[in-house]
Amino acid sequence: MNLHKTLRYAFRQSLPVLAGYTVLGMGFGVLLRQAGYEWWWAVLMSVTMFSGSMQYVAVDLLATGVSVVTAAIMALMVNIRYLFYGVSMLERYRDAGPEKPYLIAALTDENYSIICSAELPEGVNERCFRLALCLMTHCYWIFGSVLGDILGGAINFNSAGIEFSMTALFVVLFIDQWQKTKQHLPAVTGVVITAVCLVVLGPTGFLIPSMIAITIALFAERRWLEDMVHDA
Amino acid sequence: MMLDWKQSLVLTVVMAVVTMGLRFLPFAVFRKKTPKAVLYFGQVLPYAVMGMLVVYCLKDVSVMHGSHGIPEAISIALVAGLHIWKKNTLLSMVAGTLCYMVLVQFVF
Repeated sequence: MNLHKTLRYAFRQSLPVLAGYTVLGMGFGVLLRQAGYEWWWAVLMSVTMFSGSMQYVAVDLLATGVSVVTAAIMALMVNIRYLFYGVSMLERYRDAGPEKPYLIAALTDENYSIICSAELPEGVNERCFRLALCLMTHCYWIFGSVLGDILGGAINFNSAGIEFSMTALFVVLFIDQWQKTKQHLPAVTGVVITAVCLVVLGPTGFLIPSMIAITIALFAERRWLEDMVHDA
Repeated sequence: MMLDWKQSLVLTVVMAVVTMGLRFLPFAVFRKKTPKAVLYFGQVLPYAVMGMLVVYCLKDVSVMHGSHGIPEAISIALVAGLHIWKKNTLLSMVAGTLCYMVLVQFVF
């Protein structure tokens, strides 16, 4: 294999993620700092979670001081998709060596889609490429979040309203998902049930009831949604 | 900080363990076949959860009080419009957040 060529290819593939992870990571870092957490918390969370949407939610959960159970269930719901990245990577990662646990830990949306779609040119080593790609993107993510945290603490600017970046992120992801399918019942279910629970139960106690109700509703809707499973 | 560092650390570890657990679980248990119910749930849940998270972000907005949710409505419309038009995640996010910051700091 050609190490230099492999690393260059991995870097080229990682470039679209560079801007995304740096800006998204910085947004997370600023919010984390706003909640009172120094930069090493950004390192800790970005190393151990490596999950954009989860870390935005995590800041909010820390800032509100939720219970361990709420945090665990929230993490479960937000990240359940990783279960399916894993399922679809079972075969692909079968031949991986000692780096396998790290590759699994680094299965973010972006790494997953790059690794799934990359067509490796001649002379590029697949195992080395995957590891290099994951390490690079992980570094971008850690770098962005630490930078955001430090800048958020060092620069004195009126940051009122910056918490909207979390809303913006989820609106964007919601639209991306909406456009991926013709079957909008699950998305509508999520919005309607959560909105009803929020109005009825108020902002402090609506989250877990919403998650339970969504789970029940999705299984009740199964006969209409069964065909979605085959689409993917 | 709302919580002290020990409570924060416990929450962080719990969320990290669940996040990583979900990534590792298939490699540990579904070596042969994934149960149909799990496949189904994994297929439909992400759509519902994104909807849930959008509403969750708006949990402290009151239509009756303060700015009546108008800055939120304007900024979300901007994010959505821009994203449907340009399909650029960063552009939509940065523009929407700046719009919201200007609205809450200078207008409302």
